Amino acid sequence: MEAWLRAAVEDAERRGLPELKPLLEGMAQSTIALRAADWNDTVPPSREPDDE
Amino acid sequence: MTMLDLSITDLSARLASREISSSDVTDACLARIAGDNGRFNAFITVLADQARADARRADVETAAGRRRGPLHGVPISLKDLIGLEGVPTTAASGVLRHYVPAADATVAARLREAGAIFLGKCNLHEFAFGTTSEDSAFGPVRNPRDPTRSAGGSSGGSAAAVVTGMGFASIGTDTGGSIRIPSAVCGCVGLKPTSGELPCDGIIPLSPTLDHVGPLARTVADAWLLFQVMAGDPNPRPLPVARVPPPSLRLGLLRPYFMDVLEDVVGDRFGIELGRLAKAGIAVADRAVRHASDIATIYLHLQLPEASSYHAPMLEARPDLYTPPVRQRLELGRYVLAEDYARARVGAEVLRREVDAALEGVDALVLPTVPITAQPIGSAALTIDGQAYPVRGLMLRLTQLFDITGHPAISLPCGRPAGSLPVGLQLVGRRGRTGDLLSLAATVEAVMAQQA
Repeated sequence: MEAWLRAAVEDAERRGLPELKPLLEGMAQSTIALRAADWNDTVPPSREPDDE
Repeated sequence: MTMLDLSITDLSARLASREISSSDVTDACLARIAGDNGRFNAFITVLADQARADARRADVETAAGRRRGPLHGVPISLKDLIGLEGVPTTAASGVLRHYVPAADATVAARLREAGAIFLGKCNLHEFAFGTTSEDSAFGPVRNPRDPTRSAGGSSGGSAAAVVTGMGFASIGTDTGGSIRIPSAVCGCVGLKPTSGELPCDGIIPLSPTLDHVGPLARTVADAWLLFQVMAGDPNPRPLPVARVPPPSLRLGLLRPYFMDVLEDVVGDRFGIELGRLAKAGIAVADRAVRHASDIATIYLHLQLPEASSYHAPMLEARPDLYTPPVRQRLELGRYVLAEDYARARVGAEVLRREVDAALEGVDALVLPTVPITAQPIGSAALTIDGQAYPVRGLMLRLTQLFDITGHPAISLPCGRPAGSLPVGLQLVGRRGRTGDLLSLAATVEAVMAQQA
C-alpha cells in the first residue's frame, strides 16, 4: 500500500487536489484492513430470499 | 391535535368520509411550509399550484365515488433526487441546479397513480453523499427539535418535513442509513426495505449496489401503506392491528461492536425501552456478527468507487459546482483499486451470511439506529468514553451493515421524554420479508406507546 499511497498523493497533487492527502492516508489504512481480513478466501454464496 | 398531526391512516378515513377535503388539508400543509420552512430549510422546491390542482382533482374523484386507495388525496413530499416529470430535481447540488427530468421515477409514478399529492421536493445532503444534510447547495437542513443541530441525513429535509406537519410522509433514499438516520434524530419512523424490493429507476444514484428507496412516516402503519403502494399495489390493505401484549416474539440484540460505542443518552433510552419490551413478554437474546469490525471498510470500498463512477464526467467538467467535502470524497473514490472493490464484494457476502445466521431463532434483530443524538451543525467529531470519533462514522455505524447485506430495517422513535433529543430503535428482518418486519415493528411500536 505504500507505493499506492505515494502514487495517489502525487497524482492528487498534480491534479491540484493536495487536500486529498489525509483522506488518501485514511483510505490506505482502511485498504490494509480490507486486505488483511480473514474472509478473503472464497466463500460459498448465501441463500436468495426466495429460498427461505 | 390538528389535522396536520394525523396519521395517514386516520387522515385517509376522514378524506374518504369527506369529513376533511384534500384541498383543505393540502392548503394547511402549504401554509405550514410557508410558515416554517424558513426555520428548518426542509424544502428546495414547493409545488403549491400543482398540489392544489391535484388536491381539487382528488376531491372531485372522491365525490364521484372513485377513491383510488388509502393515499388518495394525501399530501406528501419527495427527497429532491427522486425524479418528477417537469419538476427540477437538484440532488441539493449546484451541478444539477437546472436538471428537469422528462419522466417520473417509478416509485413517484406509483404514488401519483395511487392519488398521493406531491407538496414539493425536500432538501438533502448533496447527492445523498453525507449523514448530516449540511452540505447542500441550498443550505443546511435544521433539526425541528433544535434548529442549531443537524437533522441527520441524507434525507434530512424529508424527516424535518414529516415531524413538523409539512406533509404526512416523505419518500427518501438509504445507501448507508440515509432514511433511518434522520428519522432517528428527528423523531419519526423510517423504513429501508429489502434490497431490490422497490425500483430505484428515475432516482439519481449514489451507489447502485447499496441504494434503497423507502418511506419516512409518523407510524409503522403509514410506512406500510407507502411501501405497498411503491411496490405496485395502489390500494393496499391496512397493516393488521398490532396485538398488545404481543404474541411470542423473540428479538436478537446485536451486542459486540454495535453496543460498544454509544452516547450515554442513547444507551440509557435504548436500555429502558428494551426493558419495557421484555416486561411486555418479548424475549431478547444476545446475537453477534463476527466480522462487524470490518463493516466500515467494506462499505467504503463499495460505496466510494460506485459513487465516483457515476460522477466522474461531472467531476471533470464542473468540479467547482460541488460542495468541497462531497467533491473530496468523490475524488477519493477514483483511487480505489478494482481488486479492492472485488474484495469488498466478497466481504459483503460474508456479512450477509452472518446477518442471516444472527436472525436464526429470532423474529428480528434489535439495536439503536444511531449511537448519538443530533449534533450541533458543523460538528466534525465527538468524544465518547474519552475517545474521539468522527461524526460521519458514528452516524453510519449501526445502519450501513444492512445496506451492504440488503436486510430490511426500520427505525422507530425510542421513547420521547419531554425536552430531550430523539433517539431511534432499529429492527432488522429477514431478506424478502419486509412485510413481516413491519408487522413486528407495529407490535413493538404499540408496546412502547402503551408503556410510555
